[in-house]
Amino acid sequence: MTIGLPHYLAVAAILFTIGVFGIIMNRKNIIIILMSVELILLAVNINLVAFSVYLHDVVGQIYAMFVLTVAAAEAAVGLAILVTFFRNRGDIAVDDASMMKG
Amino acid sequence: MSFYSALSLAWPEVFLAVSTLVLLVAGAVGGNRLSSLVSTLAGLALLVAAALAWTAPHGKAFAGGFVSDEASAFAKVAIYGMSAVAVLLGDRWLTRLKANQFEYPVLILLAAVGMGMMVSAGDLISLYVGVELQSLALYVMAAFRRDDAKASEAGLKYFVLGALSSGLLLYGASLIYGFAGSTHFDVIAKAATGASNTGVLFGLVFLICGLAFKVSAAPFHMWTPDVYEGAPTPVVGFFAAAPKLAAMVLFARALYDSFPHAADQWRQVVIVIAVLSMLLGAFAGLAQKNLKRLWAYSSIANVGYALVGLSTGTQSGAQSMLVFMVLYMIDVTGFFACLSALSRGGKPMETIDDMAGLVRERPGLALAMTAFALSALGLPPFAGFWGKFYVFKAALESNLAWVAVLGLVSSVVAAFYYLRLVKVMWFDAPAGKTDAVPADARGVAYAAAIFSCPVVLVALIGLDPLAKAAAAAFGLH
Repeated sequence: MTIGLPHYLAVAAILFTIGVFGIIMNRKNIIIILMSVELILLAVNINLVAFSVYLHDVVGQIYAMFVLTVAAAEAAVGLAILVTFFRNRGDIAVDDASMMKG
Repeated sequence: MSFYSALSLAWPEVFLAVSTLVLLVAGAVGGNRLSSLVSTLAGLALLVAAALAWTAPHGKAFAGGFVSDEASAFAKVAIYGMSAVAVLLGDRWLTRLKANQFEYPVLILLAAVGMGMMVSAGDLISLYVGVELQSLALYVMAAFRRDDAKASEAGLKYFVLGALSSGLLLYGASLIYGFAGSTHFDVIAKAATGASNTGVLFGLVFLICGLAFKVSAAPFHMWTPDVYEGAPTPVVGFFAAAPKLAAMVLFARALYDSFPHAADQWRQVVIVIAVLSMLLGAFAGLAQKNLKRLWAYSSIANVGYALVGLSTGTQSGAQSMLVFMVLYMIDVTGFFACLSALSRGGKPMETIDDMAGLVRERPGLALAMTAFALSALGLPPFAGFWGKFYVFKAALESNLAWVAVLGLVSSVVAAFYYLRLVKVMWFDAPAGKTDAVPADARGVAYAAAIFSCPVVLVALIGLDPLAKAAAAAFGLH
């Protein structure tokens, strides 16, 4: 059996779904949410690179480079906000982020 | 096209990006002593960029990745102007709290560059880069008051849900790229014809979900109330204005430029989102006590109205969306300027009960807030009425009368909370002395209020043809 485009897309779709559920279902730790965000972005990268090879078009790989760069910036900003949150609360549990409701 | 002529189309953004970096270095070297100078220069840079955007030549640059046309010029002038107001309000507000830092105007500049990229996006890569540049700056701004627990919670919630929405948007973009074979909007337009290309349409749905998050339309609105309540008031005034317009124009570009032949498919989705937003904004607002939270629901409802204009897919619909968003931006900026000006014993006045008897304490600001409430309610001749007038007219022309009726119903429901605020301000007993009102916030509030009632009648004479020309740039009928 050769591994074709559908297999790559399936892997990416599974990773994407795990990432989305990791954000929605997670009730424990915000670090895990950050990991789930990375998972989503990497799923997208698999999609882009697979399409790029399949289409013989280099733009997909350039797009993937942009995504990687932005993902790094996003993680940096996310961790910085997380640090301010931790300094104010002394904890990073998701359930603690509930000062505002309604 | 030579590199220089390509660059000349993007000149406003290049200018803004270079000024951002220069000001960032100046701030880093000079420290917070320079923060008011950096703010002044940032405000001036935004005004210059607005002028440059207005005079920029039209065309496509960088292999079609960057579009400069009437629509982008229209949106950029509004966005850069509003960002300059946000620099002024935020800097003075932070100075009063002795928490001013030079990073604040720099972050607004970065967000403005991102918004400029968003409204000029010609392919999926520049769409993504623009959205992220804007979002990353906004996440930091929401959590700008580091020692405030509520602000850091708001920043965290905004970041998590914003990252999720970027992920959805990006996943959709990757599918569109793969099944259409290109990231360019005009090539995608050729590939996405009707229901024939399921993969592209699948990607389109994800893209719409991601963009709906960014404009805070229901059912993707859940971050909005928390972020508005927790973030610093002048920052919320900025959030509610320029980024919303940028995201709406990007929405229009993505749908009109790359999916003109799949209009029947996306129209259903956008109409559902629009109707849900209008109704949710109206009903959920009824239970709110905090004004920032209330105005978050109000913004959800208003985005719903703008999406009605967008969903028609006609030129008059696009025009109505642009007019509506610009009028709404001015109203909401004025409202948050009022809120940032009002405090009692050093504590900001944020709940409806705090506003009791405001007319006896601060008649000018009470009058301005009354104007904004009545305008948001859609009472003629205030600005909000004209925005809704355009939207409902476009909806009726496109045989979407039932959507217009639902819009009117939600306006009537929302009237309850706007009128309650007016009633509390005018007829309840005062709850104590308010602090002195800063001149900058008062000035912005008065200017917006005067625009909202008499000036808008004159301004519409100019705004109408400009928005029409901008809408024509989308290539609709």
